[in-house]
Amino acid sequence: MKNLFAHLHKAFDHRVRLGVMSMLMVNDWVDFTTLRDNLEVSDGNLASHLRALEKEGFVELRKQFIGRRPNTSYRATDVGRLAFVEHLNYLERIILLQRTPDQDGDDDDAG
Amino acid sequence: MEKKSAMPPIDQLRDIHRLMERTSKFIGLSGLSGVGAGVFALLGAVVAYLYLRASNTNAYGSGLSYEAGTAHPWGWAPVPFLLATAALVLLGALGSGVYFTTRRTRRKGQAIWDALTRRLLVNLAIPLAAGGVFCAALLYHGLPGLLAPTTLVFYGLALINGSKFTLDELRYLGLLEVVLGCAGLFLIGWGLLLWTVGFGVLHIVYGTLMYLRYERGQ
Repeated sequence: MKNLFAHLHKAFDHRVRLGVMSMLMVNDWVDFTTLRDNLEVSDGNLASHLRALEKEGFVELRKQFIGRRPNTSYRATDVGRLAFVEHLNYLERIILLQRTPDQDGDDDDAG
Repeated sequence: MEKKSAMPPIDQLRDIHRLMERTSKFIGLSGLSGVGAGVFALLGAVVAYLYLRASNTNAYGSGLSYEAGTAHPWGWAPVPFLLATAALVLLGALGSGVYFTTRRTRRKGQAIWDALTRRLLVNLAIPLAAGGVFCAALLYHGLPGLLAPTTLVFYGLALINGSKFTLDELRYLGLLEVVLGCAGLFLIGWGLLLWTVGFGVLHIVYGTLMYLRYERGQ
């Protein structure tokens, strides 16, 4: 059990980061406003989480001008996609483990 | 057991799923807009049928005004009236579609006009625009009899194309429209009947099914 949780990537440790990655997994470029509106967070909050993901190399950004207004869009990198899929797999495995009748959750591997 | 993340895994997965769906598919398309479009199509079909009967032709193609150069047993005479009827049906269908979808989207709190809607509409519009040009060409070359099945084929292809960006079930409606249209290409004279089934009956059945499945009780 402990082992499994250790694999949960720290970068996905927060609802907002998980949310950002979820959206980037099924889209190409997504702009800042769309991310913010869907996650219902403040600009500053989202920006700091995005920076964290960027530092990990999980997302890349593109700055453009739409008319005169700057517009930043984000995209998941290949590394980010891989890490996210792995994270999903771990989440699933944890759920499966929690559903087994052996509830004490230690390393004794009933059977 | 270290519990670093605040949310239990099952809730995390639920959240992920919800965000993926909400940001990749426009799920506000209301089943009722399908029903509305179907009703307008049936009304239009009744009007067209009465008109054809009144002008002394019948639905089986033993009509009078068969003209050389026309692949249609009804000839050219009813074409302007039928086109006008079709245009009104289209307006009515679009109107009800916009109305019901806007209403549902507002209730769900999803944006009505955003990147998702645009993507859905663009993908619907490409086959439809090609179909429109194709139909214009049919008229230009004097083949109005192929209009009804052709609209079904292109409309079906548009739905199949758009289904990637909204409910998956739209794909099956599209496939049925294409099949009906393809059959109609060889059953000229049954055009009105197939058109009625495709745009009227299928829309109503599909819309009702989707409404019962996703919207009732929300």
